[in-house]
Amino acid sequence: MSRRSRAAEPDPYSFGSRPYDLVKEFTVALVAVLALSIALAAVFSSPDKRPVTIATWAKADSADFTATALAELDGTSGTAQYGPPYNNASEGQKLGPVGLANLVGVTKPIDTAQDFVIRPLLSAAQTAIVSSAVARYATASGAQQSTWTGNYSNALDKANGDPAKIAAGDYGPVPTMLTALLAQARAGSLDGQLLTESGAFYQTDYTLPLLFLADGSYLADLAGQDHLAGTQWGMMNETGNYPGQAWLWLYTFWYQISPYNNSDNGDALVWGTMAVLSLAFVFLPFIPGLRSIPRYIPVYRLIWREHYRELRARGGT
Amino acid sequence: MSVRERADLVQPDESAEPDEAAGWTAAVRRRLVRELPPDTMLPDTQPRYVASWIYVFGVLTLAAFLVVLGSGAVLAIQGPSWWHTSDIGHFFNSLHLWSVELFMAFMVIHLWGKFFMAAWRGRRALTWITGAVAFLGSIGTAFTGYLAQQNLDSQWIAVQSKDALNAVGIGAYFSPMNFGQMLMWHIVLLPAFVGILVVLHILMVRRRGVVPPLPLRDRPAQAGAEAEPGTVSEAGQEAEAETEEQP
Repeated sequence: MSRRSRAAEPDPYSFGSRPYDLVKEFTVALVAVLALSIALAAVFSSPDKRPVTIATWAKADSADFTATALAELDGTSGTAQYGPPYNNASEGQKLGPVGLANLVGVTKPIDTAQDFVIRPLLSAAQTAIVSSAVARYATASGAQQSTWTGNYSNALDKANGDPAKIAAGDYGPVPTMLTALLAQARAGSLDGQLLTESGAFYQTDYTLPLLFLADGSYLADLAGQDHLAGTQWGMMNETGNYPGQAWLWLYTFWYQISPYNNSDNGDALVWGTMAVLSLAFVFLPFIPGLRSIPRYIPVYRLIWREHYRELRARGGT
Repeated sequence: MSVRERADLVQPDESAEPDEAAGWTAAVRRRLVRELPPDTMLPDTQPRYVASWIYVFGVLTLAAFLVVLGSGAVLAIQGPSWWHTSDIGHFFNSLHLWSVELFMAFMVIHLWGKFFMAAWRGRRALTWITGAVAFLGSIGTAFTGYLAQQNLDSQWIAVQSKDALNAVGIGAYFSPMNFGQMLMWHIVLLPAFVGILVVLHILMVRRRGVVPPLPLRDRPAQAGAEAEPGTVSEAGQEAEAETEEQP
């Protein structure tokens, strides 16, 4: 900043002054905003759609639950293939040549077969058949496990996801395990087991049950019905007819257009774009050209119209 | 009367004992009185050009922020699950929601108003920056609030936003699926961050005063007219054009 430009800025009070009661203005504003907030709350209330539990999911769509559990067991689910910070199954997204997720690495290790299927089965009281099935699966080779889960996955597809309509085949202990897991889920015990796998009594981390839910299609279907899907401007919406986070419109906007919506690195690209825009926003006063935009859009003439009117009346410009 | 002259009003007069006390406390006191004189912090006059409804949105934003903090504090008394099981709790959640909507709406209007005033002029860049960062911080605060709702919306936002946060490595340390972490950020860290920025922002506004009007350039200065503050002579217009919007 040059000394000249600083000197060119006139003192606010050299324009003359008028009486002003700051405390009164603030008090009136506070009362008005409080009254308006109370009125809006009383008239429109607020949305509160009940959360989905593993139990409600398993009861409402057992086929989706079983297919998801199978994908967790054979390592083909979204979480199993995710990459950092959950595992090393993929590299994670890149921003240009930089893979920030990969640089940070795996900080929340998740083994979907163990965390979502085997450990919950082992932590519950089981019949001898189920215990034997889990032990048989756990001691089998990786190739054998893949054969069983692959065969069962194909059979489920042919039976439209209904385990009861599956033809006989070489599925090993997989059907027994998944049937037992479905029963645990329907009974509601799987919700608690996924929360307490760390061994802690008190905990507030819902990563495991939420990832399990997100790997299925039930939660996404419910979100889509409430116009929350990513293609529906997702997170800026709220359930029902309520305003959501409208201030996220620009962030959400990028997900609606190419290349962001069809790139494997779409999230990283959106973050990179928003980081640049946010920095430009914060440091706008120092960016030549952008900082001059207000001069060329004459909104300031409306804001200070009385001042300019007085100037003209006194013979100024 | 200039801002500096107004500040000088509160300097010790000749009849008073000069503040020459030693020690850190006295030094801080002298600095505060010099930098933030009470007459400037709580003025009973304002520049004549402050005559538009757009100026109201700054104080409306502050008022809404206090309603947000107050309604949030009531929700905190009985914990994050209270509002799901109590009509009174649900009302205060609604109050919290709508005051947030008003807060963000007022702040955006305030922001656009300041943009069109080029309000960073005259050593006010830091005022703009604190306001802009407070706006971004408010978005983060609202985001964590939505994650702390404990309903379908918060479940969906958590599983959706994790992908974006994980894509750039943030999710390794800031997990939207960790309810406890999000609640702490929502009710402690981010409100404190935004609150401190709001206080700094307001102190800067009071210290520097409200930014003066941009000079009009559509008509040449009339011959013989006395120079008014904020007007630019024809000869000076070109030279000033490059520096006027500078902070």
